[in-house]
Amino acid sequence: MTSDNDRRRGLLARLRERPAARSRGRRRLGAAVRLFAALMLAGGAYTVFAPGAQAQDNPPLTGAAAEGKALFDVSCVTCHGRNAQGVEGRGPSLIGVGAASVEFQVSSGRMPLARQEAQAHRKPPLFNDEQTRQLAQYIQELGGGPIVPEGDNLREDGNIASGGELFRINCSQCHAFGGGGGALSSGKFAPSLRPATDRQIYAAMLSGPQNMPVFGDNQLRPEQKADIIAYIQETLKHDQDPGGFNLGRYGPSTEGLAIFLVGIVALVFASLWIAGKS
Amino acid sequence: MKRRKFDLAATPGKAAVGVDDRFQVATPLRRLLNKVFPDHWSFLLGEIALFSFIVLLLTGVFLTFFFEPAMTEVVYDGSYAPLQGTPMSAAYASSLDISFDVRGGLVMRQMHHWSALLFMAAIVVHMLRVFFTGAFRKPRETNWIIGSLLFWVGFLAGFTGYSLPDDGLSGTGLRIASAIMLSIPVIGSWLTSSIFGGEFPGTIIISRFFIAHVLLIPGLLVALISVHLGLVFKQKHTQWPGPGRTNGNVVGERMFPRYALKQGGFFMVVFGVIALMGGLFQINPIWLFGPYEAWVVSAASQPDWYVMFLDGSTRLMPAWEIPIPIGDGYVIPPLFWPTVVLPGILVGLSTMYPFLEARHLKDRKSHNLLQRPRDVPARTAVGAMAVSFYVVLTLSGANDVIADKFQISLNAMTWAGRIGLLVVPPLAYYITYRLCLGLQQHDREVLAHGVETGIIRRLPDGRFVEVHQPLSSANGHADGHGELEYVGWVVPKKMNRLGALGPAVRGFFYPIEKPVEAPVSPGHPPVEARPEREEIGSGESRR
Repeated sequence: MTSDNDRRRGLLARLRERPAARSRGRRRLGAAVRLFAALMLAGGAYTVFAPGAQAQDNPPLTGAAAEGKALFDVSCVTCHGRNAQGVEGRGPSLIGVGAASVEFQVSSGRMPLARQEAQAHRKPPLFNDEQTRQLAQYIQELGGGPIVPEGDNLREDGNIASGGELFRINCSQCHAFGGGGGALSSGKFAPSLRPATDRQIYAAMLSGPQNMPVFGDNQLRPEQKADIIAYIQETLKHDQDPGGFNLGRYGPSTEGLAIFLVGIVALVFASLWIAGKS
Repeated sequence: MKRRKFDLAATPGKAAVGVDDRFQVATPLRRLLNKVFPDHWSFLLGEIALFSFIVLLLTGVFLTFFFEPAMTEVVYDGSYAPLQGTPMSAAYASSLDISFDVRGGLVMRQMHHWSALLFMAAIVVHMLRVFFTGAFRKPRETNWIIGSLLFWVGFLAGFTGYSLPDDGLSGTGLRIASAIMLSIPVIGSWLTSSIFGGEFPGTIIISRFFIAHVLLIPGLLVALISVHLGLVFKQKHTQWPGPGRTNGNVVGERMFPRYALKQGGFFMVVFGVIALMGGLFQINPIWLFGPYEAWVVSAASQPDWYVMFLDGSTRLMPAWEIPIPIGDGYVIPPLFWPTVVLPGILVGLSTMYPFLEARHLKDRKSHNLLQRPRDVPARTAVGAMAVSFYVVLTLSGANDVIADKFQISLNAMTWAGRIGLLVVPPLAYYITYRLCLGLQQHDREVLAHGVETGIIRRLPDGRFVEVHQPLSSANGHADGHGELEYVGWVVPKKMNRLGALGPAVRGFFYPIEKPVEAPVSPGHPPVEARPEREEIGSGESRR
């Protein structure tokens, strides 16, 4: 319907310049076309950028995630269900827990669970690093969630002194002053930090496994997490215990045991010996 | 020039004469040095406490040279890297300096702490010996009271001591102590604010605890220990019944030289054990607890073992609040019962026990001979009951550590403690009572029928009987030997106690006594001495 003259003046000029006189029918038609074009643009952009509704049925998994799904369907599906949506009374949904959670639970051997009990125990891991990564990738692509940063050393530039202060404020209530762990209610417990790697500690802070609260990046910034990891790994685990044998760092309870089992026993034998020499 | 003759051998005598000329001490000193003490290993348990107290004084004096009892805030810049730049109290900083920067400071701190634990442990073990042997009876009730006061004063000494470093653990303990004081009805808040100088933690408590810990309480301990020992001298030591020992004499060794030498040696042993523990075992790693902040409480925060029973009673106490509708309403918190009332009852019962027992038995006589625990089943059983009560409370004080390390539910531990506190002591009473009666009966049986020889004899009619070795010769009884009277002392129950198994092996832990001649009874052939023992080795070397 446009004239040759209009076509020559270019699109922008045509849009900017209101035609002097148009019929009512043409104006209505033009508005309808513009509305249609805007809707098409918004819808098109949505379909391009937003995950499609059909993703649930036919996930566009990457190679690693597909491998992870294969492992998941063999080892995890019993409790966590198809597509990790959880099974009532057996295992929670894993949608949104993120790769950090998978990495912590699987690499520390807690998952797969040996049996249903108050809390999972650390044991030799069932999956190797590669398989753990694949499982993590699958869960990550399934529902998103927190991810542990790259690298095995997550304590670089960590300040031990501030890490110690943060540890005593945030961690020692449950993991105890020496990182040896402590009891919680009804058979639950805070595990010992001794066998934990940098990545596991980081993953635990991010994902809050079992009874642990989540320490997201808003509560503890990544550099504060590095401080805490540095304190745990370099002071609590590599401390030479300047005072001698540390009696397990259980506090005064083992000290009390030691004074009876070592001190009193030794001295009772000494008194038997001295009284015997008459 | 003529050389003066110098007689070395006469020098000590001359010096002693010189001293006596001036001070006239020979007569009283002779009495003292000739004082006779009975000898038995169990009489040395109190000395462990005395000697560890001496070690406490020595190491404590060393620590005061470097400790700064102030709560002024400083920034740590000592050599322990993980705390550098951390703000903390001067008391904590100086405790860290003692541990890391003072030469020998850490071993002194650890020896001080270990000897404190040993002091309290030895007091308890000594008290058990005195209790179970009846040494507290008239005329020694006063010394029993002083002894039990020593436990409670030692308890205060320990508490003020481990509160001083102002680390996370000691601050947690102080917070609990302030809560206990607050729980006392009516006077609680006044008491707390007068001790802490206002709200917890205030700025003065470390200085106050310091002067209590280094002057007031040790002064009280020294005074009580002096009276305790003075009374042992005055009233003489009790002794076990036995040959030649009566209620009116003391059989043993003179104070000088042998007894004094033995005691000197034993002090060295106690010192050595404490030094070894101080050097080998780490105690109270204050650097891991960090400076005390009100918001820092570590898991496994326990008091030292002798305070742990109070922690246990607190953990077991159900949360029963008692509201009293006076004025605006008043509440007695549950903490009041396990931490104020319970120790109050324990102090009263433990100090008054000698009078309770004498009243119950209507016993007004003086007793200088000890009793074997089996001969007084009721007292022994009551003691077992008290010990089991204390042990259940102490274990409950560490129930989170036990729950965690043995993978038991903490709730189960709490309920086990609650039920155990009610069930275990009566059970301990019953079992101990029966054990005592059984042991008594066996003693009487051996005295009446003799020692089992292990020799089985077949009689002509086919029966088998075990040959018994009687302990006395015949005096007209039908079975050929007489019954012996029980005298309250060990009855031999094995043939080698009667000299049947050749010469006794030289004792390492027991007195070397000549084996008694085996009594010969006409009814039985005398037991022959065992032939010379063969060397025992592995089968290999025999070839």
